[in-house]
Amino acid sequence: MKKLKRLDEYQEEIAQCVKCGACRAHCPAFGAEKHEGRVARGKIALADALLKGEVDLEDKFLLDMSQCLLCGSCCAQCPNNVPTDEIVAATRREIARRRGLSTFAKGVAGILSRPELMNLLAKSGGKLSTLLFKKLPQSSGLRLRFPAPFISADRTLPSLASTPFRERYPEKIAGAAGRPTVAFFTGCGINYMYPEVGVALLKALQFIGVTVVIPAGQGCCGLPAVSAGAGEVVEQLAEQNLKALTATPVDCIVTACASCHAGLGKVYQDFGAEFAPLTANVKDIFVFLVEQGLVEKLAALPKAAKRMKVTYHDPCHLRTQGITKEPRAILKALPQVDYVEMEDAGTCCGLGGTYSVYHYDTAKKIGAKKAGFIEESGAALVATDCPGCIMQLQDAVNHAGQQQRAVHILSLLMEALEEVREDK
Amino acid sequence: MLSEKIIKQLQRIVGAEYVSTAKADLICYSYDATQQQYLPNVVVHPGRTEEVAQLMLLANAEKIPVFPRGSGSGFTGGSLPIAGGIVLAMTRLDRIVEIDADNLVATVEPGVVTEQFQKAVEKVGLFYPPDPASLKFSTLGGNVAECAGGPRCVKYGVTKDFILGLEIVTPTGDIIRTGGPTMKGVVGYDLTKLMCGSEGTLGIITKIIIKLLPLPEAKKTMLVLFASIDGAAQAVSAIIRGKIIPTTLEFMDAATIACVRQATDLDVPESAKALLIIEVDGDREMIDKQAQKIAAIVQPLGVVETRIAETSAESEALWQIRRSVSASLRKVNPDKFNEDICVPRSKVPEMIRKVEAISAELGISIVNFGHAGDGNIHVNVMIDRKRPGQLEKAERAIEAVFKGALALGGTMSGEHGVGIMKSPYINLELSAEAQSYMETIKKALDPNNVLNPGKIFLQR
Repeated sequence: MKKLKRLDEYQEEIAQCVKCGACRAHCPAFGAEKHEGRVARGKIALADALLKGEVDLEDKFLLDMSQCLLCGSCCAQCPNNVPTDEIVAATRREIARRRGLSTFAKGVAGILSRPELMNLLAKSGGKLSTLLFKKLPQSSGLRLRFPAPFISADRTLPSLASTPFRERYPEKIAGAAGRPTVAFFTGCGINYMYPEVGVALLKALQFIGVTVVIPAGQGCCGLPAVSAGAGEVVEQLAEQNLKALTATPVDCIVTACASCHAGLGKVYQDFGAEFAPLTANVKDIFVFLVEQGLVEKLAALPKAAKRMKVTYHDPCHLRTQGITKEPRAILKALPQVDYVEMEDAGTCCGLGGTYSVYHYDTAKKIGAKKAGFIEESGAALVATDCPGCIMQLQDAVNHAGQQQRAVHILSLLMEALEEVREDK
Repeated sequence: MLSEKIIKQLQRIVGAEYVSTAKADLICYSYDATQQQYLPNVVVHPGRTEEVAQLMLLANAEKIPVFPRGSGSGFTGGSLPIAGGIVLAMTRLDRIVEIDADNLVATVEPGVVTEQFQKAVEKVGLFYPPDPASLKFSTLGGNVAECAGGPRCVKYGVTKDFILGLEIVTPTGDIIRTGGPTMKGVVGYDLTKLMCGSEGTLGIITKIIIKLLPLPEAKKTMLVLFASIDGAAQAVSAIIRGKIIPTTLEFMDAATIACVRQATDLDVPESAKALLIIEVDGDREMIDKQAQKIAAIVQPLGVVETRIAETSAESEALWQIRRSVSASLRKVNPDKFNEDICVPRSKVPEMIRKVEAISAELGISIVNFGHAGDGNIHVNVMIDRKRPGQLEKAERAIEAVFKGALALGGTMSGEHGVGIMKSPYINLELSAEAQSYMETIKKALDPNNVLNPGKIFLQR
């Protein structure tokens, strides 16, 4: 397996930045702070200066490099397609190489490889409280995203599931004969925080007769470790997931978390050809459901008499992969939903993995903008396709004193399918 | 290096958190879209006009160069801190102060991003037409300082045509107001116009009073493919002779089309050697007629195909062709010199032929696209810097292009300004007397040469 690229291997990409400034229009961190060090162009200049030995790892340098959500918005709009997200991640690994991991990143690194700790916490905890997390500094993949000592007291956090999703189901749930078989990569968010989303996914796949495999050996996708600069942990998790996800032949591997989709589908590409069977086979659940004709099946259902207004938030890690139509297609087809598009549905919610832990203030500013667009849309629910976004969106809405609920599209889909069953 | 005392004084003026001498910050404010790099000594982010004035008082007294900066997206180095000193980043001054729908006037601070201002006025049915390609990230302050143009200028005019008044901080630290919110005003010299395009050398813009128009009801986009560049150029004149001034009249030459075709899946037949993207705006019933009329006018001029967008998605697809140009060019050649000459629009075909001759003579690739409607051609000299001799050839080509444009009664810069990139060529366009007249103004207003020194004029 190849290693993740080192910063000095990105010299060519760095040289491709022509300093036009286009990234200033698309960077959520820059939008909140308006400092050149926040934006792709500045970070690339800094990475370049670091490679040339023109700047040290001074505080401002570290601050600027930490001020990136790795959302990829700049890359998608860059006229020269400069992969700033990868360059920033490589710079973070370079910082770790030179100075060792930060205490925080060390925690992340230690925990991600030991999911048994998270299971234990989930079973004993029930409610996720800041206090509990403080007592258990060595917990799980989730701690990577929301490590307690850094968590602001006013952050809205969901309850932690008392039984993780993967422990509730057998490894294989048979569907109808002649229908496809998929592997479900749950990710930490669904496994520990939003198991009901996983349940909804199973319901949806059952509805269309698909066989589901939930490989037991799977771990965290590694994206939080990418964000934290913990390269070796990413590599270790990638190897573990490759083994788990390719053990049983399946038609594809589905995710219901945008970040996991990017982790498996994009980050793992760097690990070389042996990962191709995994990376090429990852599909967002809605892409799969649309391919399987679910939109038509839903459209055939009678519209509910009482419908609710729902808008959609594009998770960055799907939008930058070009996946924008499918989640909307499913939402629009739901019988109980009146779909409304909000302004700037494609801008980042402000979570950005470890970003919102370091920079909760900026994350809140980014979230506040989003909350404004949600309010203006008139929707009662904001649906999306990423547990991380759901958490951040709910937090943003709460802080704005608004009433909307953030939900996964799958939860709404399950509601619709249950309605069908009751009708029968 | 600036002394500790000066840094302390700066901190007192704007607040410590808005003054930085950290190397990382100096690097972040050392460049612009020219890709040249000059490290300042300190980066300052003022929050109020009075702070800017106090800072200029200090800088003038201590003879410290000050370089005002908007988004740093200029193509000629207008914001580059070429002599160290202070970078004055104006991004915190980013309020839209007022949109006055009764008088069609708005007041803004210089750090407002152009597109955000456009969106804000469009929400109340008003319109700010200047649309430089950088409008999503460039600031209005920078647009005024450089007198930015854009595709819509053929119908509506450039930035200076929409600026009614300014608040500026002078190089010696006074705060003055020029013009005002009235449509007319002739008391004293027209300093507003003088400031527009002065490239930050005569004063620091701290407030802008902008003229607005009613937002046109609708627009219609069409793409016309021509068998030759002459057909396209004649079409421009013919449309205007036909008493229609389109909102935009963008053209791409054969070399540009070839680049875009190579880099994207552009669906344009091989026989198309030039194209025009034409947009009209106005009342809904009017624009359909206009589009039909334009199609009829251009038809005899070697038209290969005409596509009229019926939906906004189709219109967007047509504009996508124009927007993909920049990235496509770079895929074909790594280094690009983007010049922005302007000639009388009837001279566009002649100019293109001159450029083609220069390209053939020097054996380097030059592609042309831009705003045919007002004769503003983006001449892109494409080279690979790493190959020996290429850079010299590019420089020779650029000079020849400037001379060619001037010989046709044109100018070497329609919208990018002079900065430091074009100052070596300024003698080609401005007589010694004209330069001296300008420099006399600069010297009188900025006796210590502290405000954006080294820009526009050759250092003598």
